[in-house]
Amino acid sequence: MKGSKILLESLLKEDVDTIFGYPGGSVIPILDEFYNTNKIKFLLTRHEQGAAHAADGYARVTQKVGVCIVTSGPGATNTITGIANAKLDSIPIVVISGQVPSGNLGTDAFQETDMVGLTRSISKHNYLIKEAKDIPKIINEAFYIAKSGRPGPVTVDIPVDLMMQEVKKVVYPTKTKLLGYNPNIKGNPKQIDKLVNAIGKSKKPLLYIGGGVIISKAEKELQELMKKTNIPTVSTMMGLGSIPYNSVNYLGMPGMHGVVSANLAISECDLLIAVGVRFDDRITGSRDTFARDAEVAHIDIDPAEIGKNIFADIPIVGDAKNILKELNSKLTSRKKDDWNKKTNNWKKENPLKYDQKNSKGILPQFVIDKVNEFASADTIIATDVGQHQMWSAQFYHHKKPNRYLTSGGLGTMGYGLPAAMGAAYGFPKKEVILFTGDGSIQMNIQELATLALNKINVKIIILNNSFLGMVRQWQDLFWDKNYSATCLRRNSECKAQCKGPENDDDCPNLYLPDFVKVAEANGVKGLRTDKVKDVGKILKEGLEYDGPVLMEFLVEKEENVYPMVPAGKMNNEILFGD
Amino acid sequence: MKEKHTIIVTVVNKVGVLARISGLLAQRGFNIESIIGAHTEDPEIYKVTLVLKESDRAIEQVTKQLNKLVDTIKVTDISHKDNYIVREYIIIKVKVNQNTRSDIIELLNVFKAKLLDISQTHIITELSANVRKIDRFIDLMKPYGVSNYVRSGEFAMTEFNKKIKNI
Repeated sequence: MKGSKILLESLLKEDVDTIFGYPGGSVIPILDEFYNTNKIKFLLTRHEQGAAHAADGYARVTQKVGVCIVTSGPGATNTITGIANAKLDSIPIVVISGQVPSGNLGTDAFQETDMVGLTRSISKHNYLIKEAKDIPKIINEAFYIAKSGRPGPVTVDIPVDLMMQEVKKVVYPTKTKLLGYNPNIKGNPKQIDKLVNAIGKSKKPLLYIGGGVIISKAEKELQELMKKTNIPTVSTMMGLGSIPYNSVNYLGMPGMHGVVSANLAISECDLLIAVGVRFDDRITGSRDTFARDAEVAHIDIDPAEIGKNIFADIPIVGDAKNILKELNSKLTSRKKDDWNKKTNNWKKENPLKYDQKNSKGILPQFVIDKVNEFASADTIIATDVGQHQMWSAQFYHHKKPNRYLTSGGLGTMGYGLPAAMGAAYGFPKKEVILFTGDGSIQMNIQELATLALNKINVKIIILNNSFLGMVRQWQDLFWDKNYSATCLRRNSECKAQCKGPENDDDCPNLYLPDFVKVAEANGVKGLRTDKVKDVGKILKEGLEYDGPVLMEFLVEKEENVYPMVPAGKMNNEILFGD
Repeated sequence: MKEKHTIIVTVVNKVGVLARISGLLAQRGFNIESIIGAHTEDPEIYKVTLVLKESDRAIEQVTKQLNKLVDTIKVTDISHKDNYIVREYIIIKVKVNQNTRSDIIELLNVFKAKLLDISQTHIITELSANVRKIDRFIDLMKPYGVSNYVRSGEFAMTEFNKKIKNI
């Protein structure tokens, strides 16, 4: 059998039915195999970065491994951002890249890059296949590594000549056996008992949950634990959706742009039970003062996360679902007490807010809030990175896990459109809405054509404030309003220094590109408004339309995201804006 | 406080495995004092001995991150264990003349260092010993004029013990 056919068969054995990719000289043989099968849908993106993010978005919603195939050299390097993004958010994807022929390896041949070297630090694991007979074993291992334990991206580099190599006896592995890899999924019972004890003694316990809960499908166990013990709970951005937004005892998201109640609860709790989180600096602020009065219990499947950023008094290594199940069986119920009252009061007294009534222009938060009226629990939301991402974390009503696709760890502008596309391609019947900014959308805007040609039904909502808003916000708050390199209206006529439109009547009118025209040029329906009263109308028209739509809302230019805990501060040092 | 740690990393013998280990250490900002690796009695298993000077907290992270590599079978920090035989190997070139030759050879005998080459002006000798002894040996050779030397870095093996499985 030919190497390319072996590769196809190996992929089918991993239940692959969807692949995102882009061709090139080194992958023609495998593409030729796809030509002759109807078992795999191949989506041709317009850029390899788009393919990698699409595989990531597909993986997040379907909970399967996302697959992406690209050619050697630039094709492979264009996936780097997508691989790093999947690594930081623990998303299982397998990136297969063609490589120059074996005989040319190491000669700086045309379109040769050292993919294994390039991805060593940003993948969970990577392979360079040396012989066609190894393809079944390596593909099997790649998928197993990608999805087991703490998931992550795996890359497989295949020299093009192997695709043409004949293998007489093809052996497909029936079991995956790896000498050095065996993730521990069952928590140590003694450690679990320790935690049960600590919860019994604690006066101010707090659950701090994250993406690990979604990965291990532990939302039911988590909700049961919350119900049984009435422990107030906060969720990282990666954990959003594992607890319905309006649940009892749920405070919301903590951290830099988290809600006040969640941040105060972290600062005051005496027992912090962390589940599937990694104590990212956007949550902890200053690590020295983070939860300084608390004993910390840390449940995670990755032992290297425990104690990496914050010392854990009670480390529990294992799968969140198993451990929460154990906890539920061992814990007695806990009645609501003063701590619940206190945290609930914080929540009541400090709601997230925006003041659309007293604002002439559209507020971005208002648009997101308005989407809540149209979205169902099953609606999939994708975001890009920046202010709109934070607002969508804050104001969108998250109800189910695997429904919020966002670049949490890497913060990749340009992630949103391809990720939404991958999700919609995986689940064509579900509604997929993308919140993006006028900066982010332009980083992978080429995929509009992919949407239109393939009838991939993504509803794009651009909150256009003419700025790279999150950086502008930092300049506003911490850099004396020196709007250096953040204004997307800025042109060659502008004066050298500018502190924003308020102080400057000469602010140019022209904004480029004209997003509605771009949409239409790509066969995507385009809508736009700058009027508050039309927001609902445009959303209705756009969301009900059968096909991809781009809705552009021209919003207030200098709206900031609040509350805000500045970088490196303690969680209770909060800025509120006006 | 930064302390010297000797860490044995047992890995699957695959192309690039040493690069994975050294790359990981560099990526997370750890300086390697020495690193030495070769396959073992089982050709599928490769053993790397690392020496790092880091704080206990950093070493804990290093061992966890090394463990996380898919090809890693076992990571052992042997710094505070006494059931290990730790050795280093050195080849050293020292200047000699008629007056110093016999003194130097006497010292070599004391250290049980082996003479590899001898000429009018230089001798080359080898020594395998624990690290402190090697340091001392270099110290004693210095006054005669050390031209240069190469050290292997540390490597180690557990003492025989029925209760403990060999690693």
